Amino acid sequence: MMNNHAVETVQLSRKFGNFTAVDTVSIQVRKGEIFGFLGANGAGKTTMIRMLCGLLKPTNGNGTVAGFDIRNQSEEIKRNIGYMSQKFSLYNDLTISENIEFYGGIYGLNRSRIEEKKNKILKDLNLLSRKDAICRDLPPGFKQGLALSTAMLHDPAIVFLDEPTSGVDPASRRFFWDLIQQAAGKGITVFVTTHFMDEAEYCNRISIMSAGKIIALDTPEELKRKYHQNSIQEVFVELVKNNH
Amino acid sequence: MRLGKNQIILSIARKEFLHIIHDPRSLIILFLMPLLQLTMFGYALKMEIQQVKLGIVDYSRSIQSQELIQYFSGSDFFQPVLYEKELTRIDQLFKNRQAQVVLIIPVDFSEQLQRSWYTPVQVIVDAADANAATSIRQYMIQVFNNYNQDHSRAVSLPFEIESTILYNPDKKSTYFFVPGLIALLLVMISALLTSIAITREKETGTMEQILVSPVRPLQIIIGKVIPYIFLAFGIGLVILLTGVFLFKVPFEGSIFLLLLLSTLYIITALSLGLMISAISRTQQVAMMMALIVTLLPTLMLSGFIFPIASMPRLLQYFTYLVPARYYLHIVRGIILKGSTLNNLLLPTMFLFLMSGFLLIIALRKFSLTLEK
Repeated sequence: MMNNHAVETVQLSRKFGNFTAVDTVSIQVRKGEIFGFLGANGAGKTTMIRMLCGLLKPTNGNGTVAGFDIRNQSEEIKRNIGYMSQKFSLYNDLTISENIEFYGGIYGLNRSRIEEKKNKILKDLNLLSRKDAICRDLPPGFKQGLALSTAMLHDPAIVFLDEPTSGVDPASRRFFWDLIQQAAGKGITVFVTTHFMDEAEYCNRISIMSAGKIIALDTPEELKRKYHQNSIQEVFVELVKNNH
Repeated sequence: MRLGKNQIILSIARKEFLHIIHDPRSLIILFLMPLLQLTMFGYALKMEIQQVKLGIVDYSRSIQSQELIQYFSGSDFFQPVLYEKELTRIDQLFKNRQAQVVLIIPVDFSEQLQRSWYTPVQVIVDAADANAATSIRQYMIQVFNNYNQDHSRAVSLPFEIESTILYNPDKKSTYFFVPGLIALLLVMISALLTSIAITREKETGTMEQILVSPVRPLQIIIGKVIPYIFLAFGIGLVILLTGVFLFKVPFEGSIFLLLLLSTLYIITALSLGLMISAISRTQQVAMMMALIVTLLPTLMLSGFIFPIASMPRLLQYFTYLVPARYYLHIVRGIILKGSTLNNLLLPTMFLFLMSGFLLIIALRKFSLTLEK
């Protein structure tokens, strides 16, 4: 492995026609950290994540994820990452068990491994008694937890979470961040986008994106100190104001 | 590693199968729909025409004209109504649906019969329903021929036509509809269900979730399509069994040949479904497109209801693009005539080329949209 970073990009860009969604972004995400990716809607966060996950080819620039090149090693990258979008991506008409079994199956886990993982997830999320419940009937908070757990079924090195907490009540968000921190505790790198500024405080480091560019990148404490603000929310407002 | 690939396909197929199982209402509709259609076509819809209202205006009022009318009253096909008084507005009879055909016997009918070898009568047919008009005209001619022969008026014929009707001597419409329904429902179910199954995942975002996993597009396609092949087969068999056992449609040919060639047809339909799902974003769009691409052409342009030979030339060329045209040829041949592969080489070849061509295009188009 060439470098020690979980994610590294150099001058990464993506254009859609004349519109530049991601503009020469260079970042380095350390292994095992929770890396927050902040920005308003349309700032380019999702495009960035989609390029890193191999769903979208970059127009310019380079990058590696888990040490693999995002341009020509997407196969290897896909084996080593987990992904969860704001849609939670569970099958609402299937049961909890069936969802877990399916995602285990497409990552090529064998039957006993899937069974073992399934029991662990159900136990951790307190869902053992509801394993045959149809997903549609679960409260959003549980669904979200389940979606995160299934995204990490195959023990990925990195998980990409694209606005995982939108549309969820504060208590569930709190619970969700506990899960994220548990994952990070096990050495999994977490790359998370959000537009909830209070959530940024849970991250080891955050980057703030605006109009396709990274306009700040540091620890939350450092950012607050540097811009003389009390919260990330205020830092964000200050930064975006100066950038326009 | 090989095992792993198969396992991935199996996981997808199993999941797709679960979607079907978890929605029993749709499943019931899928199986009931063909039965309902079959019953409708089999019992309610009769292609053969009976009891045609025949208006007769007899100006001659002679023994000869009475005798001619007797020929019509004696037939099951006609239901004659005599109009005594003079009719000025014949079109009103048609407009009020009091008659579908009108026979006018002129005043000098009996004199002409005796004096000349040429005796005209007038027949006016309502051709609002063109097919019915053709049959009515033929029956009228037949009745006149009978009359002429009995009265030795016809010049003796140099030869006599004796026709034998094969494969469906009673001209039962179920014989006609069972193969057609199999062709229609197989293409509808295969194209519609696969295109919906794929666009649904695009809508809910689960497709994205699958695409960030190491699954390849081909594995997704194969896995998703497998359950629908079985479903289509199941429904095809239900129609066939109902047709054979309930409506006594004879099954003359080889069931294995039918299943084999049906697979080819199903692959063609699935490819259509894949192409549709590649270009549509939502389930509604996919559903509309699948219906437009399968339902109308199969009903209208395959020879299911309207014979291809009687279509305008341009439309006839168009029928070459409809897979059901070839499949219908095959199913009717195998079921009603006991045709073997040797008899069906041409439509089989066409279907084979078509399925191969569509499948390749569909796979490429599908993979492209997923990898965008």
